[in-house]
Amino acid sequence: MRWIKTTNHKDLGTLYLWFSFAMFFVGGLMSLVIRAELFQPGLQFIDPEFYNQMITLHALVMIFGGVMPAFVGLANWMVPMMIGCSDLALPRVNNWGFWILPFAFAMLLSTLFLPGGGPAGGWTLYPPLVLQGGASFPLTIFAIHMLGISSITGAINIVVTIMNMRAPGMTLLKMPLFVWTWLITAYLLIAVMPVLAGAVTMLLTDKYFGTSFFNAAGGGDPVMFEHIFWFFGHPEVYIMILPAFGIISTIIPTFARKQLFGYSSMVYATASIAFLSFIVWAHHMFTVGIPLAGELFFMFSTMLIAVPTGVKVFNWLATMWRGSMTFETPMLFAIGFVFLFTIGGFSGIMLALAPVDFQYHNSYFVVAHFHYVLVPGAIFSIIGGIYYWIPKWTGVMYNETLGKWHFWLSAIFINITFFPQHFVGLAGMPRRIPDYAVQFTDFNQISTIGAFLYFIAQFLMVYNFLRCALFRKGMAPAKAVVWEGAHGLEWTVPSPAPYHTFEDPPHVGDDETAHAH
Amino acid sequence: MSNLNRSLRAAAVALTVGFASLAARAADTMDNAYWNMPKGVTDVSHEVFALHMAAFWVCVVIGVVVFGVMFYSVFAHRRSKHPVPATFHHSTLVEIIWTAIPFVILIGLAVPAAGTLIKEYDTRNADMTIKITGYQWKWQYEYVGENVSFFSTLEKRANEARQLHSGIDPKTVPNYLHDVDNYLVLPVGKKVRFLLTSNDVIHGWWMPDLAIKKDAIPGFINEMWTKINEPGIYRGQCTVLCGRDHGFMPIVVEAKSEADYAAWLEKMKGGETVAAATTTASDAVVDSAQPAAVEAPVEAAPVEVAAAPAAAVDKDDLMKAGAKVYAANCQVCHQADGTGLPPSFPSLVGGKVVTGPIDAHITQVLKGKNAMPPFPQLSDADVAAVVTYERNAFGNKVGDAAQAGQVAKLR
Repeated sequence: MRWIKTTNHKDLGTLYLWFSFAMFFVGGLMSLVIRAELFQPGLQFIDPEFYNQMITLHALVMIFGGVMPAFVGLANWMVPMMIGCSDLALPRVNNWGFWILPFAFAMLLSTLFLPGGGPAGGWTLYPPLVLQGGASFPLTIFAIHMLGISSITGAINIVVTIMNMRAPGMTLLKMPLFVWTWLITAYLLIAVMPVLAGAVTMLLTDKYFGTSFFNAAGGGDPVMFEHIFWFFGHPEVYIMILPAFGIISTIIPTFARKQLFGYSSMVYATASIAFLSFIVWAHHMFTVGIPLAGELFFMFSTMLIAVPTGVKVFNWLATMWRGSMTFETPMLFAIGFVFLFTIGGFSGIMLALAPVDFQYHNSYFVVAHFHYVLVPGAIFSIIGGIYYWIPKWTGVMYNETLGKWHFWLSAIFINITFFPQHFVGLAGMPRRIPDYAVQFTDFNQISTIGAFLYFIAQFLMVYNFLRCALFRKGMAPAKAVVWEGAHGLEWTVPSPAPYHTFEDPPHVGDDETAHAH
Repeated sequence: MSNLNRSLRAAAVALTVGFASLAARAADTMDNAYWNMPKGVTDVSHEVFALHMAAFWVCVVIGVVVFGVMFYSVFAHRRSKHPVPATFHHSTLVEIIWTAIPFVILIGLAVPAAGTLIKEYDTRNADMTIKITGYQWKWQYEYVGENVSFFSTLEKRANEARQLHSGIDPKTVPNYLHDVDNYLVLPVGKKVRFLLTSNDVIHGWWMPDLAIKKDAIPGFINEMWTKINEPGIYRGQCTVLCGRDHGFMPIVVEAKSEADYAAWLEKMKGGETVAAATTTASDAVVDSAQPAAVEAPVEAAPVEVAAAPAAAVDKDDLMKAGAKVYAANCQVCHQADGTGLPPSFPSLVGGKVVTGPIDAHITQVLKGKNAMPPFPQLSDADVAAVVTYERNAFGNKVGDAAQAGQVAKLR
């Protein structure tokens, strides 16, 4: 009952993280089904229709069930502790925001057991294909509505908290970068989740109430759906990566024992990326036949994103430069992030070139690209963040050797999984197909092997985190300042952090902020 | 710790060996370019390839510099070598520099890319026009102004091999999933304009060797063009998720010399219109068809045959031909034994339509119903055959037979 009724930000953060853990597992299993079928040409295990259900649900589960709740969980735990307030501004809303999620996903996943199976039109839900869906269609839409409500309430909560509840002296430009990136992310969420809700509602009325928003035969426009969807979809991409930037900007200074380089330019870069994210959506639609002027505009605006993103990477490097680095597990994940996320950024620049995108578009090159920014990008940052803060949460140290093993195996296997996908994509393999021409076999086999090994390697992390969270007897206690180079208010409280922190506002001096001014 | 290091080193060696053998393999297959974008056979595709490689090498150089700096720092500025960290934390000049440099590099990429894009969009002054229509799950090609039009579907043997548990090794099927029954034949050296649209959901038409790709969208007509330099056979496939058989609608272009193309076109016009579907492949209803329940009070009366020389075909012959048409067009959804996959794909065994009035049955095949697509591309004879087959197979015993003339009237 405590967990159902709790309004404590730490409890809810924990719940969010457990939930996203479970969803990563479910989504991961789906990806294994996909990779198993793709091990060889021909259909060995599953029907194409079920394959389509797997790719659709894999994406929805990983995005809305895995990455987003994980970041919200981290925000729940860390934002109040970083700005020195006792809880989020709207604790009951916080409880509600979380408890919507299990119901939404129970509904979404239950569609797999309906006659006709789950949604199979891709997570992008393009009409008219999505309208051919059976009983799963309205349930999917309703689940998305619920996820939207959860995200919006969470985002409002974070904005209100950051704007109103900072400890005296914690001015905006003294906030840790994780707080900054989440503040901007929260604004993105508030801006675009209603757009998604509108788009899927129009789908619903098109199917059941005879409207023709997206039906050309009725005067509607299927391309308009794509525009609306990606007006949500592209900022969504940054919703999944800006908090990651915040985590990396927290970890690297700690282990380099040096202040974050270019704090204010990091803040401005984050804001620029957020702004640009609203004017690049049509690069997801380079092949739908938008006019030349539009194509050029979206090509240029997309390329522009490389500039602030580059600033971030250079600032991280400059933070490391002439520091005094040690390489505990969080730092390994952070460096792995910088390296592999940048590779995803490179393929992003290539994809931005519209004339060449005609070759890349909807091929496995794209699959490789977005998995590079999402797995060793967003997910590595989440894992790194958990290794970094879990001693503070649980009061015990995780096993460092296992943590390092986990990093190296993950980093190697993730490359074995996704790097070959660049090759098959360039050679002509489209995405979202259950079967392929035989010349693509070798790279697909490598990719499948990598995926299974990556999945297995994650059990090192499961063991490590489960021990910290549930079976801590006999484990080494963590100090209050777990990491020698760590700065910030969260380290001024004991480990494990007491149930209520900062009921009296703390003193915020230079020592308690993560950077100088 | 030393144990860990040793194991890591072993892993690194294994990985290096693995990648080396992979690289060797890649070099072997370089000619076939199974790991890079094809250079293609048009001027535009060469430009696109050059841009692709230029962007790639720019990324490689930036990567080498950036990662080089990072790994040098990891090596040289680790605590055991560099115990006291520096204290600098910003430098406006440096930050301006590394904002400006990427900007300049990006302009260097954007300018030639814009040039190529403008060329790709210039569909003016085409020598000929082909209209491409996407269907679930096949392509229709119409030679505008030539009165030539046909469907193009997955080649038959591949269609058998790709069934779940087919027991056929795809490696024994030449050009598995990249072959069709009817090629799109084009002349070399002519500017060909394509008009793309779709009959049902959004499809995507991609031909890597021509470096063209565009979505086929219902209610829209998209344009693109190509001018092929070398005769040959080029292969691609649908690129937008379009339902169950998205992976099974390949595209094959055969580029012929102008003379050969003219001869081919003449032959096509000479009445040998391709009754495409007879021997073809995947085709099906999509997943949400409610059990169709059409009851039209039409009596199956013998219909006067139009001009066509269609003497009544023997029922046994109709059944034989019908089984083939069924296998090629209906089986994907309604299954080989007619039981379908309810509720998405209704069963035909004792089904209301197939045991009801024959005209309504024919009409449904021609016009479709709910999510069942129409099959106007089937010839009258094929429709008659498949209708007869469905009424008298799977244990159905209606006993009547349809004739081509009857179908022609209902079209």
